[in-house]
Amino acid sequence: MFWGSNAREAHPIFFHHALKAIHKGAKVYAVDPRRSKTAEWADTWLGLDVGTDVALAYGVGREIVHAGLVNAAFVANASIGFEDYVAACEPWTLEATARETGVPAELIRELAHDYARARRAQLCWTLGITEHHNGTDNVRALCNLALLTGQVGRWGAGLVPVRGQNNVQGGGDMGAIPRNLPGFQDVGNAEHRAKFERLWGVTMPPKYGLTLSEMMEAMDEGHLTSVYVIGENPVQSDADTTAVARRLRNLDHLVVQDIFLTKTASFADVVLPSTAAWCESEGTFTNSERRVQRVRKALEPPGSAKDDIEIMRLIAARLGHVWPIQSAEQIWDELRAVSPAHHGMSYRILEQRGGVQWPFPDENGPESPFLHGRLWETDPEKRGRAAPLGIVAHRLPVDKLDDDFPLRLTTGRRLTDYNTGVQSGGLNSPIRVGACVDISPEDMARLGLNEGEVVRVASRRGSVLAPARRDPGLRPGLLFMACNFPDEADVNALTIEANDPISKTAEFKATAVKVEKTNAPLPEQSADADTTDRERHGNALATANEEG
Amino acid sequence: MNAPAPRPEDMPVRRITITIDGAEVSVPEGSTILTACDAAGKDTPTLCYGDTLTPKNACRVCMVELEGSRVLVPSCSRKVQPGMVVRTDSERVRHSRRLVLELLGSSVDLSTTPRIPEWMARYDADPDRYGPRAPESRGRDVHEPGEHHAGDGGVAATMAQPDKIDNDLYVREYDKCILCYKCVDACGSQWQNSFAIQVAGRGFDAQISTEYAVALPDSACVFCGNCVEVCPTGALSFKSEYDMRAAGTWDETRQTRTTTVCTYCGVGCNLSLHVQDNRIVKVTSPHDHDVGHGNLCIKGRFGFTHVHGREEEDGG
Repeated sequence: MFWGSNAREAHPIFFHHALKAIHKGAKVYAVDPRRSKTAEWADTWLGLDVGTDVALAYGVGREIVHAGLVNAAFVANASIGFEDYVAACEPWTLEATARETGVPAELIRELAHDYARARRAQLCWTLGITEHHNGTDNVRALCNLALLTGQVGRWGAGLVPVRGQNNVQGGGDMGAIPRNLPGFQDVGNAEHRAKFERLWGVTMPPKYGLTLSEMMEAMDEGHLTSVYVIGENPVQSDADTTAVARRLRNLDHLVVQDIFLTKTASFADVVLPSTAAWCESEGTFTNSERRVQRVRKALEPPGSAKDDIEIMRLIAARLGHVWPIQSAEQIWDELRAVSPAHHGMSYRILEQRGGVQWPFPDENGPESPFLHGRLWETDPEKRGRAAPLGIVAHRLPVDKLDDDFPLRLTTGRRLTDYNTGVQSGGLNSPIRVGACVDISPEDMARLGLNEGEVVRVASRRGSVLAPARRDPGLRPGLLFMACNFPDEADVNALTIEANDPISKTAEFKATAVKVEKTNAPLPEQSADADTTDRERHGNALATANEEG
Repeated sequence: MNAPAPRPEDMPVRRITITIDGAEVSVPEGSTILTACDAAGKDTPTLCYGDTLTPKNACRVCMVELEGSRVLVPSCSRKVQPGMVVRTDSERVRHSRRLVLELLGSSVDLSTTPRIPEWMARYDADPDRYGPRAPESRGRDVHEPGEHHAGDGGVAATMAQPDKIDNDLYVREYDKCILCYKCVDACGSQWQNSFAIQVAGRGFDAQISTEYAVALPDSACVFCGNCVEVCPTGALSFKSEYDMRAAGTWDETRQTRTTTVCTYCGVGCNLSLHVQDNRIVKVTSPHDHDVGHGNLCIKGRFGFTHVHGREEEDGG
C-alpha cells in the first residue's frame, strides 16, 4: 500500500522492488489525491481529498473492527488502547468516511479487507503523509492499522516511511535532531549525556535545542540572531519563503556552508565552499532502510572548497579548541564507541557487507532487516513495552478553501528533479516538464485555459506565474506544482507555514489558491522554452556569483 | 507465528556435480552450465548473457557440447543436472563459436565490444571472408511488410546506419547492435517497466526501436540508462563517452572507478563513478548490490554534472 507516496517517480529504484512483487501477483493500493505514476501501477486507486488521511484511516480501521478482521491475539499482547480506538473510530462508518474523504465506500471496504487479510502487507508512505499541520497524527493513524492487523514486526510486513533525501536518516541517527545525541540517545537523560561528557571531557547543556521551524520563530522573536546553515537552501525550500528571506536579512550574522552559491548563500555574511559529500569526501550515508553505506571520494574538490570535517576543525580552532586532524574513519570509530546501534559497524564490516542495517551492536551479529519483531514474543519480558494505538483527531488543513481561494494546491517532486534544483538543475533532462501548474481537464475548461498558457496562481501569502499543464490524473479542484524550480516559479511563496506541533514540519501539501488568466501570449514551442529555462538557470548562477 | 519466517536466500541449497572437459565440478542446484564452467576455470565467451537478467539465448556464442544431446546447448541458460558430461572446446564447439563470431563480426561493428579480438583469434574467426561490408543504410528504421530482399552477394550485409543522437545523455549506435535483447529486457518487465523499446522488423531487418522509431525524448523513455548498463557492445553509451571517443580523448587506462552512494533520495543506490582527469565521464552501478542490482534512475545515472563547473563559481 502506497499512501501519500509517489514512489514510481520519487524513489524509482525502491519501486523496482515493488514491481518485482507486482509481477509475482502482489496487490497494490495507492492512496493519493492524484492519480500518480504510482497509482497507475495500482490495482486500486483511492483518490482522497487533500488532508483527509486521518478520516480515511479511521474508516478503514472501523471496517476492520466491524468485519471481525482484527488480529485479536496480537492486539491483546502487543498494544494498548484498543477500547479507546474502537470508540474513536466508531463514528467513521463507510458512508461517513466516503462523505468526508471523497473516496467511494466500496473502495474503503475493499482496502480494509485486503490489508487485514493479506499474509504480508507493507504500508509505505512519504511526504504526502508527513507534510501536513497534523503529519504526526497522520503517521499514528497509519500505525494503528498495522497494529490492528499485525502487519508489523514480521518479515515482509511492516511500516515503511520512504526517506526523501540521501542521508536524512543518517543525519537523525547522528544526532542532528535537537532532542537527540548520536544513536537516538536522549539529550535530557543524564546517563546518556554522561557517556558523551566522559568521551569529550566537557559538560553538556541538558536542554533540548530548537527545530528548524522553532528557529524561524526564534528569529521572529529576536533571540536567535546568528545562524550557520550547512547544506540547506531554506530561502527556497521552506514554506512561506518571503518570511524566511526577511528573517535571514534581519540576522546579525549568517554563515552558509554549501557546494554552491545558493539563493540562501547570497544572503550570507560568510560563505564557506565545501566538498560535494557524495563524491568528494569519505564517510557514510544511511538510507531509508537503516542501511549504513560507505561514501567514497572520487574527485578532488575545486578551488578552495574544503571537506566538512576540516571546516569544522578550523572553526573550532578559531574558537580556541585545538582538535586533532582526524579521518572520516576515526570520527566514525568515535561514534561507534558511544552509539550501541552502530557499535559493530567498522569500516571493514561495511566494506565486506556492502552496507549494514542498524541496530548492529556486534561485529559478528545478525543485521536487523526489520524492526519491532519483539512485539510478537510470547514472553512479556522479551516483548517489552506495548505499542499504543494512537487516538488522533481528524483536522482539515489549516489553509481553508473559500470563495476567494477555492482550489487546493499540493506539491511534490518529479522524476528528473530534486528539491530546489541546485543539484538536479545541472542535468539537461530531455523529459523535464519544468515549472508549471498542473490542472485537471475540467478546471482547464471551466477557467477557459489553454495548455501552456501562463496563469497567475495566488494564495493568501503570495502569487507566482506559471504555464498551465493539463493533467487528467487530477480531480477537479486539485492543482499540483513541483517544488523543484524556485527560480522560475517559487511555489513556496504560496505555501503556508502551518507546522505540525510535534515534528514541526510545515503543511507543504495543502495550500488554498486561486488561478487567474494573465492573457500573456502562449510560448511558441516547448523546445524554445527549454532553452530559455537553461539560459535563465545559467544567468541565475552568474548573478548570484556577482552578488557574492 | 512468533518467529519471523526465514528469508528464501537463507534456505540451504543442494549441490550438483557434473563433468566438464573430463573434470568434476560441483555447483548449487539451479545453477547454469555457465556457472559450472566459471567454477571449473573455463573462460566461456558470452555476449547476450546478463548477470542481472534472465537468459535470452540470443547470441549463441556460449554454446557447449552436452553428451546425449543432439544439438549444442547454450551454457548460459541450461541448468545443471546430476551427471551431465559437458565439453567446452571440442571441434563442434569451436566451429560453432567461430561461425557466430564471423557472422556477427561481418555485419556489426564490434570495435567497442570487450575481448572480441582475443576471441576471434582463439577460434580462428575471419569475419572478412564474406567480402567487403555493405555501406550505411538510412532505411533501417523503415519496415515494409513482406520479405527482405536478399543482396547480390557482392558485399556482406551490415547493420551500418547513422548514429542516433537525439538527447544530451546517451547515444544509440545501432551499427554496433547484436540484437541481444538485454536493453529491451532491462527497459521492460525485468527491471524498469517503461517499455520504451522493442525489436521492430523481422530477420535481418530487425532492430531495436522506439514506438514508430520516434526520437527518445518523444518516446516512453525515462532516461534511467539501465539499458546502457547492460549493453554488451557499446551500441548504447553515455554521450560523454561517445564525444570523448570521437575526440580521441577516451582512455580507460587513465580512468579510476570509485563506488559511492547516490546523492539523490533516500534509497541508497550505489554508484560507480568512472573518472578521467578529475571529471566524471560515466556512471555505472554494481550488479551484485541488493539495493539496485545495477539499476539507477535518471538522476543517479546522469545527475552528476552539478559537481563540475564549480571552479568559476568559487573564484578561489
